[in-house]
Amino acid sequence: MTNNNGAAIRVENVSRHYQMGSALIRAVDGVTLAVNTGEFLAMLGSSGSGKSTLLNLMAGLDRPTSGAIIAQGRNLSELDSLDLARYRSKIVGMVFQSFNLLPRMTLEENVELPLRLAEVDRSARADRVLEALTRVHLEKRLGHRPSQLSGGEQQRAALARALVNRPAILFADEPTGNLDSATGEEIMHLLREIQQSLGMTIVMVTHERPLAERFANRIASLADGKLISDGAQS
Amino acid sequence: MKAGDLAELGVRNLREALLRNSLTTLGVAVGIASLVAMLSLGVGLQQLATKRLSHAGLFDTVMVMPRTNMRGFGRPQVTPSPAAESRPLDAAARQEIEHLPNIIEVYPQIRFVTEVRFADTPYPAMVAGVPASAREGGSFDDVQGNFFSSPTADEAILQIEFAKDLSSQPSSLIGKELVIRYAERQALPPTTAPVANRNAAGTANSQADDNPSGFSIVPKERKLKIVGIVETEPAAGFGGIGNGRVLIPLAVAETLRPAQANDLRDILRGGSEAKPGYASLTVRAKGPSQVEALESKIKSLGFATFSLLDATRNLRLFFAVFDLLLGIFGSLALAVATLGIINTLVMAILERRREIGVLKALGAADADVRQLFFFEAGVMGFLGGIFGVGLGWFIGRAVTVGTNIYLKRQNLPPANVFSVPWWLVLGAIAFGIVASLAAGIYPASRAARLDPVEALRYE
Repeated sequence: MTNNNGAAIRVENVSRHYQMGSALIRAVDGVTLAVNTGEFLAMLGSSGSGKSTLLNLMAGLDRPTSGAIIAQGRNLSELDSLDLARYRSKIVGMVFQSFNLLPRMTLEENVELPLRLAEVDRSARADRVLEALTRVHLEKRLGHRPSQLSGGEQQRAALARALVNRPAILFADEPTGNLDSATGEEIMHLLREIQQSLGMTIVMVTHERPLAERFANRIASLADGKLISDGAQS
Repeated sequence: MKAGDLAELGVRNLREALLRNSLTTLGVAVGIASLVAMLSLGVGLQQLATKRLSHAGLFDTVMVMPRTNMRGFGRPQVTPSPAAESRPLDAAARQEIEHLPNIIEVYPQIRFVTEVRFADTPYPAMVAGVPASAREGGSFDDVQGNFFSSPTADEAILQIEFAKDLSSQPSSLIGKELVIRYAERQALPPTTAPVANRNAAGTANSQADDNPSGFSIVPKERKLKIVGIVETEPAAGFGGIGNGRVLIPLAVAETLRPAQANDLRDILRGGSEAKPGYASLTVRAKGPSQVEALESKIKSLGFATFSLLDATRNLRLFFAVFDLLLGIFGSLALAVATLGIINTLVMAILERRREIGVLKALGAADADVRQLFFFEAGVMGFLGGIFGVGLGWFIGRAVTVGTNIYLKRQNLPPANVFSVPWWLVLGAIAFGIVASLAAGIYPASRAARLDPVEALRYE
């Protein structure tokens, strides 16, 4: 087992390259980074800087071309697909820019989905779903479908879905990207409240520096797949 | 993912694209219906043929004849046993055969051509003795009227065509009387007189010094009450020389002591009237599986035998090939239906690409996604199988009804040409599921292999 020395997740000289015809795309190129337990890290960068690719690698959705990603004492690049699925199910939660709620399911069913995949006992699910939706103030919208909610409400529902399995690390990929500034700020408040009350590690990708500066503990900037700065916020 | 959750999600997915999935399921149902209809026809025809032959008692019956009768006129070819010595087929031989294991009964074949008088009009007819056991075998289930009231009753059952000769309304004959006039054998006392000196009234004797016996042929009459009418004589043509037109109890036929075709030949070959021989004996085994061993034992006793065992084997082989061909043709529609399933599931992958990505991001393993698609294919196969069996059964009923209308117009009895046995119902549903799961292999594997990052980017 690899020692993480207090880090929730550690990225060690990780690269992710794609072959596009004859060209080699270096989406992430030799990044080393450690995210401490309970920390709120914002990763900034312009489009194509590699921040979302790095987030996907850390979330176990993708595998690095080289390097190691250590989470919960295990190198993700060495896990087989089943263990990687278990890591995504039990250790991490994911929030996306476009919410990715399943439109034919109610909020309750959407939030219950990770519990099904994690094979949580049926009797415990209703309470867990209600608890998660209460945390994002949507406990009265259990039976509503995503199309009946506003963008902010949908993102809060997606946040509830990400939290329902009580993950150690929450990954958020441009969570305010599809929201107006007021609603985006509301989501950021919610994220910080979750981080503080649950002591959860949050890694967020954003291109909005002001939001990152206001809510994150630390900002890491990427450009052309490389980490160009990494500093704590006051 | 637990089975219950998998099933819930699968059913939800199927309900989402209800029309498309229903049409795909209907395709499977038509394929299964085609298969069921074809095989039901094969099974039905096989059962029809087997039933007719079983009712005639042909599958469990061995004909026993003296070796000397081997190639007699009108008789089936029999297989002699070269090892054993040839023996006369007489009462002692009958007793010996009766004591062999796995035998239900042994009785002689008695058939003779005679004159039947009805309403003072003579009619030539073949009279045949029928054993009492024929009733239990179901051979006379379709009799119009009744079977013989007792094994020794002076009663007759007429074959329908003969009954039509007697009356334009055959059913009106039941209860009426007819008279048969026949030639009875009567034993003569032993004598040393040469044959040429004997009276000319049908007396015969051979080698007077060595064979002190013979018989007279005496004309006799017997009144019989008509109790029933049948379509055909069961077992006609098997060991006999033609269809019996007037059927009488075998015990009655034996008491008539009618002159048989083999009598004269037996006398010439050294038989005696005191120890009469049989032209042939019918031996009924306990089941078709005992027939082969029984034949071999009887042959070793010095007799020739014949059974329809080989004919039965050929019949089974024929129907096995027939069913196989029908099954192949029936499966063609199912093959087309499986292409429909593949198409539906591939379409579902394209439509649900992003959803698959979300499921994977939330922790679904490749196996979960694969099982979800397999479940959906299996449900379509299961429902298609059930509806298909129902549809196939309905087609079968319709064909049976149509066939029977046609048979009725041809003045033929109704027949059930379709049969849907339980093994076919369960087999067809199972086949529908297996074919659907096979059709789901490619789409399910493709869905399971989807890269979650790529899938999440899909719009």
